[in-house]
Parts: sequence; structure tokens; C-alpha cells
Amino acid sequence: MRFPGSCDDVDALLAAEMVGEAEILWHGEHNLRGVDAIVVPGGFSYGDYLRPGAIARFSPVMESVMAFAREGGPVLGICNGFQILCEAGMLPGALLTNVSLQFVCRQVTVEATGASSAFTGGFAAGARLSIPVKHTTGRFYAPAAELDRLEQAGQVVLRYAPGENPNGSLRDIAGVCNETGTVMGLMPHPEHAVDPLTGSTDGLKLFQALRDHVGSLLAA
Amino acid sequence: MRARVLVRPKAGILDPQGQAVERALPALGFDGVRNVHVGRLIELDVEDASQLPEMCEKLLANPLIEDYEIVQ
Repeated sequence: MRFPGSCDDVDALLAAEMVGEAEILWHGEHNLRGVDAIVVPGGFSYGDYLRPGAIARFSPVMESVMAFAREGGPVLGICNGFQILCEAGMLPGALLTNVSLQFVCRQVTVEATGASSAFTGGFAAGARLSIPVKHTTGRFYAPAAELDRLEQAGQVVLRYAPGENPNGSLRDIAGVCNETGTVMGLMPHPEHAVDPLTGSTDGLKLFQALRDHVGSLLAA
Repeated sequence: MRARVLVRPKAGILDPQGQAVERALPALGFDGVRNVHVGRLIELDVEDASQLPEMCEKLLANPLIEDYEIVQ
């Protein structure tokens, strides 16, 4: 997907093309062109005005994406995409300004919790991935009771490894999914970790898991 | 009608921006300042003020993390 202000759409496209066919969907259109999965990429959609994701969630394409997700279509939100999906109510919680108040850009280690989702299927609990983060508004927040509920329901899928939390996210949460595991958001950027040139190909594992999930849906 | 909407971080949520301002004031010689929180002021002309709460719930504030106050 591409919004005015998206900046990671091309990397997301290239990552998706490593596991299948992919194309860019424009924010102003309702037509999802029959895709099997959607990536809402990082960037600064609509300038991040008001709050990151607050305006993008009302774009024409998001109506179609919400309908797509309601039908069980897999949707992955990365960074700004995560913020958009939270603002749209497709994912629980919200992203707040980093505790440091600073933009962070560095490689982090995240751990799979073992919770299953369309993007982390096959990740054992404790499996580690090295993926970069780059954001100012990435502190995951939900009220304590909601955090308990998310953990019990298996909706927390990725955590920053001990000592790696770059933004003050509560309970080190790096990625969450919806109740059915078909919509996921994370602050780290798997699409920037798909080529040995940039130091890690761990991000590709999410795209491969997504391809396997889509493959099983199509085979069914 | 001219309206103002004040948006504040919800009580209890860590507000590093407020903390940074609170730490900066004593450095300028302003002592005795506590509980600083930084929010947002939205000013708007509206024809139907009864729509303001819904505007706040849907867009102007995120009710999960922010409280809002409508001032007319």
C-alpha cells in the first residue's frame, strides 16, 4: 500500500516480491485488485498530522482493507502501518512517543512468543530475529488489564529481547495481532532485513510465513 | 461557532514530554513546578456544536490514550 508520505513502500514491495508476486495499492482507490495479502508500510502517512495513522485510517483504501481483514485476509502493518491499524481499531493498543523522546534507528533483537499468527507461523517460542527499528512513536501502550488479556489470548507475538526495548513499550511488546492472528502490527521493519547486504535476512521469515499461510488458504 | 478542544494524555500514562518540560523549568530558575503535562489545542469553527463529542471520539483524540475537553 502507498499513502502520501509512505517511505517504506518500495522496500515492502521488494520484500514481498522475494516470496511471491506483489504490486503497490494506492490509498485513494477502493480496489484491492484481488490480492491475497496486504502490507501497510512504514513512513509518515498524511504527514503524521494529529497523531501517526489518525488520518490515514480514513483513506478510501482502508475501508476496503478493513473489509478484507474481516473476511480473514492477512494484513501486516509495519511501523506507521502498525500505527494506522491501531488507529483503525484493527489492532489493540496505541503507539506513543518513545520514552527517550528521540528518533531511534538501530538493529534490535526480537523474540517470538510462540503465539501463532499468519506471519509468525512456525516460529518457536524464544526464536530470535535481528531486525532494524526506526521510529519516534513506537512505545506500545494498552491498559494493564488489556495487556493481561492480550497475553492470555496469544495476541502478543513479538517482544524485544531483554535489554533491547528501544522505546519503552510496555512489557517489551514489539508486535501484536488481532484475535484471529490474521492482522499483525510490529514496529521493527522486517522489509529492511531481507538481504545479507544490510546485515540480516531474518525479516524475510515473516514474509515467508505469510506466503505459506496464503498458500494454505489457497489450497483449502 | 468557534470551539476549542483540549486534548491531554490520560492520567497515569507516562508522559515523557511533560517530564522533559518539568525538568527544563528549574534550569531557568522557575522552581516549585510539578505535574507538567503537554497536550494539544485544536480550534475550529463548527455549525453544529453537538457533533463535537463524536468528532473527538473518532478523530481529534484517541480515547485509549487521551482525554478531551470541549470549550465553547
